[in-house]
Amino acid sequence: MATPSNVKKHDVMIIGTGMTGMAAALFAAQQRLDTVQAGITGEINFASGLLDLFGVHPVSRGCVLTDPWRGLAKLIQDEPLHPYAKLEINTIRMAMRRFVDFLAKADYPYSFHPDEKNLNVITPAGTIKPTYGVPHTMQKGAQALALKQSCLLVDFKGLKGYSARQIALALAHRWPNLKTVRLEFPDLSGELYTERMARSLEEPQARKKLAQAVLPHIENASAVGFPSILGVYRTKDVLQDLERLLGVNVFEIPTMLPTVTGLRLREIFEQHLPAMGVQINFQQRVLACDHLPGGHFRLHIGNEKVNCHVLAKAVILASGRFLGKGLRADRNGIHETLFNLPVHQPSQRSGWHHKDLFHQAGHPINRSGVQVDKYFRPANCQGRVLHEHLFAAGSILAHQDWIRQKCGSGLAIATAYAAVKACKNLVD
Amino acid sequence: MILFFLNICYSPKISAYSVAKKISIIRKYVSQVKIMGVHTKSLFQGDFMQTQVLIIGGGVTGTGLARDLALRGLDCVVVEKQDVNAGASGGNHGLLHSGARYIASDPAAALECQAENRLLKKLAPHCIEQTGGLFVAIAGDDEKYIADFPDLCSKAGIEPQAVDVQDAREMEPGLADNIIAAYAVQDATIDPFKLSLDNMACAQQMGSRLLRYCRVAGMEVQNGRINRVIVQDGLTGKSFSIQAKVVVNASGAWVGQIAALAGIKIEMLYSKGSLLVAQNRVSQRVINRLRPAQDGDIIVPGGTVSILGTTSERVACPDKIYPEVHEVDLIIDEAAAMMPVLASTRYIRAYCGVRPLMGIGSGAAGKDDRSVSRGFTLIDHAKSPHRVENFVTITGGKLTTFRLMAEKTANLVCRRLAITAAGQTRTKLLPNTVDARWTEPGLAPNMWIRKNDPNDILLCECEMVSQSVVEELVNSIKKLNARPGLKDIGLRSRIGKGPCQGTFCSQRLAAYLYDRKHLDNHQGIEELREFLRERWRGQQPLLWDTPLAQAELLEAMHCGLFGLELGANCTNGCNTSNIDQKFTLSRRHGNSK
Ligand SMILES: Cc1cc2nc3c(=O)[nH]c(=O)nc-3n(C[C@H](O)[C@H](O)[C@H](O)COP(=O)(O)OP(=O)(O)OC[C@H]3O[C@@H](n4cnc5c(N)ncnc54)[C@H](O)[C@@H]3O)c2cc1C
Ligand SMILES: Cc1cc2nc3c(=O)[nH]c(=O)nc-3n(C[C@H](O)[C@H](O)[C@H](O)COP(=O)(O)OP(=O)(O)OC[C@H]3O[C@@H](n4cnc5c(N)ncnc54)[C@H](O)[C@@H]3O)c2cc1C
Repeated sequence: MATPSNVKKHDVMIIGTGMTGMAAALFAAQQRLDTVQAGITGEINFASGLLDLFGVHPVSRGCVLTDPWRGLAKLIQDEPLHPYAKLEINTIRMAMRRFVDFLAKADYPYSFHPDEKNLNVITPAGTIKPTYGVPHTMQKGAQALALKQSCLLVDFKGLKGYSARQIALALAHRWPNLKTVRLEFPDLSGELYTERMARSLEEPQARKKLAQAVLPHIENASAVGFPSILGVYRTKDVLQDLERLLGVNVFEIPTMLPTVTGLRLREIFEQHLPAMGVQINFQQRVLACDHLPGGHFRLHIGNEKVNCHVLAKAVILASGRFLGKGLRADRNGIHETLFNLPVHQPSQRSGWHHKDLFHQAGHPINRSGVQVDKYFRPANCQGRVLHEHLFAAGSILAHQDWIRQKCGSGLAIATAYAAVKACKNLVD
Repeated sequence: MILFFLNICYSPKISAYSVAKKISIIRKYVSQVKIMGVHTKSLFQGDFMQTQVLIIGGGVTGTGLARDLALRGLDCVVVEKQDVNAGASGGNHGLLHSGARYIASDPAAALECQAENRLLKKLAPHCIEQTGGLFVAIAGDDEKYIADFPDLCSKAGIEPQAVDVQDAREMEPGLADNIIAAYAVQDATIDPFKLSLDNMACAQQMGSRLLRYCRVAGMEVQNGRINRVIVQDGLTGKSFSIQAKVVVNASGAWVGQIAALAGIKIEMLYSKGSLLVAQNRVSQRVINRLRPAQDGDIIVPGGTVSILGTTSERVACPDKIYPEVHEVDLIIDEAAAMMPVLASTRYIRAYCGVRPLMGIGSGAAGKDDRSVSRGFTLIDHAKSPHRVENFVTITGGKLTTFRLMAEKTANLVCRRLAITAAGQTRTKLLPNTVDARWTEPGLAPNMWIRKNDPNDILLCECEMVSQSVVEELVNSIKKLNARPGLKDIGLRSRIGKGPCQGTFCSQRLAAYLYDRKHLDNHQGIEELREFLRERWRGQQPLLWDTPLAQAELLEAMHCGLFGLELGANCTNGCNTSNIDQKFTLSRRHGNSK
């Protein structure tokens, strides 16, 4: 298919609308790059909405970090191939700051430990997870856990996979002052979905009814924990209003997927990025890519069929791993799906996974991926850059295990930041 | 007097629950005899119970024997170290053999299979799908074997119908186009879980007892008799003892270990076989390869799926076995030679079981294990060189011949007890109990749709298992005097067996069980881990393409978000990895277009 010569050539095409792609688009727009983006978005991409920076090191000993920054300094020594090791600590710090500043301006601030340490949050399984930043709606939960305050945990009839009793009992040995109550959610019945609940709490009437149902159970609790359903867009209002009505602190606890906390991030990006000039091809994929003279690209965009073409001077590949479809595996090996980039991987399939799901060392396949140089350009095993104008960022990168290292969002944001910076230098 | 202990370290399962306390405890027993061993004190201060016949092993043989004996009016206790069908009975192909597979290697076993096949179709029709079977040869297969096949069959009473190759491909459109011969036989499929659970339920209704998660750990042998069998409760770690007139060792591949507790040596070797579950049912009938038995010869349909297998690999011990990547590849390649679509089908689970190989000694190490007899071995230890008069071992054989094995064993037990009651399993229908219903693919969704109750929430969306189904299972497990755990419910339903492999339903089930007060303190976390580990065992060698993405989601949620790997203790020593940690780069196939 020929492309008319009058088609505009953009500065950068970002492939992927997960955490990495969204962060890259944000940074690119902030750098005034003329940006196009494509990818399939679901709130599942943003999962819990927790911002992990670095939570466990070394993975093989399962050491939970209280100070992620000190952990990062150690990681850079211990794992020089790790994508974080290609970055200055200050670059990581800057990337995180820019990212959360954007969210704060979008009226959805995140909260952090006052000394920039990791926070502990409770999960619906009744475990405690280290993370770096939490949505403001979760802040008082982290605080209550730290102080072991007496709390009332609320759950709802019809909301499956979330049991206040499970959380309270599983945590009893670490947090004894938890009470629980199961309520009917006002005006909804049968099976409940968190998104419906969250949307309904945007209305003051629903909050009033909910508060009335909760009030008799508060007794001496100094905070009330809900599943993450406290609004989609006006979370500050919802939280304040409920605290006023209940007279105690209120906080959210993450739920199973899909989550409202993920949905909120997705909505913010989808609203704000176009307003910042990013041209997003929603729910479309890059199906193929031609290399043009001068190192530029022509990308074929669509779903099953090609809908349009985009010309770009540079590409940032943020297409994720197997779930995101940036990588694909068959019985014989692992492949990168779009450019057929070399993929660093175990030499045999029998080396992909351990026989124990929870094996301490983490599954080797999770450290497979695309290797990059210090400018985040994919490179072969000799370190030779394969394409001057192609960058890769996020979970597709080799030599990291974001799941076990608890660094998913941090890695996404920091590497997106670095890739955009390198891209900017190139395009200028 | 001598005491023997199983020298295996045992990590108590949280989900284990003792029923010993609730059942008729006869009296406190304080040992007055001199005992050897370290744990003797705690062992002999425990409670103890009595029964006529103690059956060790809750597989299809042990549960079948319990029913047979109960029908003759005897009182039995079945002790099982894990749950019903934890051994080979839960790790097999589910093929009700026509017998034709053994015509060359073991004509006697072929004959037994043929006869039992006919009987079981009448006696346990609710456990059996009468699929019929085909034996097919493909170009290049042994011509002589193909030519001899009909004759060898008829010698074992099997009458195969020659089928025109063209017709065979019309009957089973998935067959490869290079089929050169085909025969129809009376194969069928049988649900081993239903079979064992129904057998056990039937025995329990007549007063027999099942003790799950109770491991036989020692025996007190005095004057050529087993005085007491020492059983360790998996939950409490405490021991109690059982006094029985006759002890039957029906522990499958573990019979050597059990016999050793009574001071008897049984020479055994172990052969592991692995199987794959394909997401779709690729044939209506059982498809066998028409050749001397080898790896990857059989494709068995079951409900909405097909099961491919099997392999035969020597293993050093019957525990800690896993389906391996190279077996998976071999099975797929062989099965795809018969049905090409299997090369690209999605596989949802792999599993394996161990066959006990009896009496071939270590000298036979080079021999193909498949040529070892598939007939069963019944040993009357009253006649062993090391005589133990109230001890019987039954092992080997097939799922297909379990009834016959149970019957012969029961005959021997009755002779020993001078009881004349005749066996009834040859004529009495096996009752269909509620217990086993929910393992059937498709049943839960049908019921749920029919009920159409908005409050009956689906806990497992892949297989459509709702709260009310789980509630029913909880109640039936409680009837066994046990605490319903995640794994127990998994065993009895299709929860966690759909494409999400437990990612979502595991936590939903945990939450539900907490709400119903079946889980307490941090039990649920350990049960979640165990449930997911169990699922993982079967997924791990099959992770490429979509299932790999699914596994990533599973790990992202359960480790990334819940952090379940933190503080998870390795069970079964599986944390000592021997996987190849070498990395390479995939070959670059040049730039795309
Ligand atoms: C279950 C779960 C739990 C999580 N928990 C946490 C947590 O607790 N803390 C935390 O910080 N993070 C968590 N995360 C989020 C995690 O940080 C990110 O999902 C991860 O870092 C991957 O981000 P990514 O953007 O690199 O890839 P993905 O999120 O996989 O995004 C890849 C994107 O690329 C697109 N794509 C792929 N191929 C193409 C193509 N050809 N054309 C166009 N687009 C394409 C996909 O459509 C998708 O939009 C969790 C994620 C999951 C799934
Ligand atoms: C891969 C494979 C495929 C097969 N396919 C078929 C087929 O298609 N058709 C067919 O007819 N047959 C088939 N078989 C054979 C069939 O599965 C077995 O013959 C049958 O299941 C044996 O049942 P069992 O009860 O004797 O032994 P098992 O089912 O192994 O039962 C023994 C039980 O003893 C328990 N136990 C062990 N030690 C102790 C202890 N110390 N205390 C308490 N309990 C203990 C174990 O946990 C186990 O549950 C296959 C076998 C394998 C391995």
